Amino acid sequence: MDNKTMTASQRLLKKSNKSLLQMELRGKSIVLISALIIITATISITIFLGTKGLQAFFNNGVSLYEFLTSTNWNPTNAESPAYGAVPFIVGSFAVTFLSALIAAPLGIGGAIFMTEIAPSWGKKILQPVIELLVGIPSVVYGFIGLSVLVPFLRDSVGGQGFSLLAGMIVLSIMILPTVTSIATDAMSSLPKGLRESSYAIGATRWQTIWRVLIPAAMPTLLTAVVLGMARAFGEALAVQMVIGNVRTLPSAITDPSATLTTIITLNMGHTTFGSVENNVLWSLALILLAMSFIFIILIRYLSSRRQF
Amino acid sequence: MKIVMEQKKDSKPLTKQSNIEKENKPVALNIKKLNIYYGDNHAVKDVSFSIEKNAVTALIGPSGCGKSTFLRSINRMNDLIPGARSTGGIIYEDVNLIGDDINVVALRKEIGMVFQKPNPFPKSIYNNITHALKFNGIRSKKKLDVIVEESLRKAALWDEVKDRLHESALSLSGGQQQRLCIARTLAMKPSILLLDEPASALDPISNAKIEDLIMELKKEYTIIIVTHNMHQASRISDKTAFFLNGVLVEFDQTDKIFTNPSKKDTEDYITGRFG
Repeated sequence: MDNKTMTASQRLLKKSNKSLLQMELRGKSIVLISALIIITATISITIFLGTKGLQAFFNNGVSLYEFLTSTNWNPTNAESPAYGAVPFIVGSFAVTFLSALIAAPLGIGGAIFMTEIAPSWGKKILQPVIELLVGIPSVVYGFIGLSVLVPFLRDSVGGQGFSLLAGMIVLSIMILPTVTSIATDAMSSLPKGLRESSYAIGATRWQTIWRVLIPAAMPTLLTAVVLGMARAFGEALAVQMVIGNVRTLPSAITDPSATLTTIITLNMGHTTFGSVENNVLWSLALILLAMSFIFIILIRYLSSRRQF
Repeated sequence: MKIVMEQKKDSKPLTKQSNIEKENKPVALNIKKLNIYYGDNHAVKDVSFSIEKNAVTALIGPSGCGKSTFLRSINRMNDLIPGARSTGGIIYEDVNLIGDDINVVALRKEIGMVFQKPNPFPKSIYNNITHALKFNGIRSKKKLDVIVEESLRKAALWDEVKDRLHESALSLSGGQQQRLCIARTLAMKPSILLLDEPASALDPISNAKIEDLIMELKKEYTIIIVTHNMHQASRISDKTAFFLNGVLVEFDQTDKIFTNPSKKDTEDYITGRFG
């Protein structure tokens, strides 16, 4: 039947096009189910971590105050176990901020080089380098750190070599690709006219980059740094291999330290599920989750301030 | 004692447009056999004419005819395009602007440019204007205040924004943003203003305001404007140059071009037969 012999009700009414509508419905259901699975997975992980992480305080009588303020961590002492997580919280924040301190200027600098200074060959060389850095697994970073960086630091700056400094260097290289690629997107998505009009009123290239382009791209550049920090905060393996993993609060950048993630990976194997020590590790994990929420909120806030 | 009159600098007529030069109006730019290439593309071919001081010169022609390329070569914005090169001369006072020895940063302060799309910096209205002044070492708040008011008044924007100088420039309407861009350029105290279709992205009312502004500004500045709007060219310009395929077809008084052009191509274009 072609269109001419069909009546309008045959051509246009919903009931006469059933098979087409069914296909629509099927497609809609597939994507809806995918979305629901993702949402359920995230919510159940959050609920699980929430209940497990709080058990130590509500069921095992660990003091939340002690957990968040004491620097004494000794859960295996049978007589008076101590659960002060401050050294690891401090360690996590210290390596995160220190590595961001290195990666932010390097990454943003590289992005500016690629977009503003040498867009043709700069991009041809730097882009694959950055992609390569993403592809290297974290155990390899840790292994290189352990066998090259740690001995080098031991010989050149003293101490054991295993230190906050080693963790910061390894992490800063690991988060460099994240920072660089997002910063590159930020710079190249700026309107072309912004650049031209700055040159047209007699600004030099440096003045244009420094006073017009960077301020205009600032919210996205900060997003790049925050995403890098989120990655650094959650990284476990590579950091664990070079940071030394001690329970004490570091007093210098060359001191060994530990982070929330390294303590969890080190101890989860030899604690029994449900024991106090195991529950306290879940509490550490809950802190990690809370921090990642904070990072997400920060990124959302920053992207709401994007101007271009 | 006899006063020796200064010999009038009557440069040799280079083209058929010599009748214009005979009027002996002061010349702002003297273009001599200018050729511009983008790689293999010969975008501007052997263009020669002179641009009068304190007048509005309109550049018209279909898209891709080379008029914007020509405009951008005057303050060396083409330097930003890889593969662009030029030969010949754009003589400004005693220098050739296309020379390699030109300090383009200093040049762009004297020959300012406003683009088709308003591009205010994502800063306050006030800082949009002081932005470039600060590069030039003007730091005194008093001085900056004076220049900001002066530039905004010249751009006919002062009354609309004087109470909100510290709000973001992006909160302005498109027409206001474009006048802010003009004010920002005027703050550098240029002698020549290059306008690349400054009103084509604006509504008719903003468009009219920009035209009024141009009429006002030509008392102080030499203005060269690229436009696709024939009515605009005939309303505001003193001289009109018609470009076609990179060649300057005709350059004359605007009245003449629009009432009695001497070339058939010009007539076809302004009557809308092509382009």
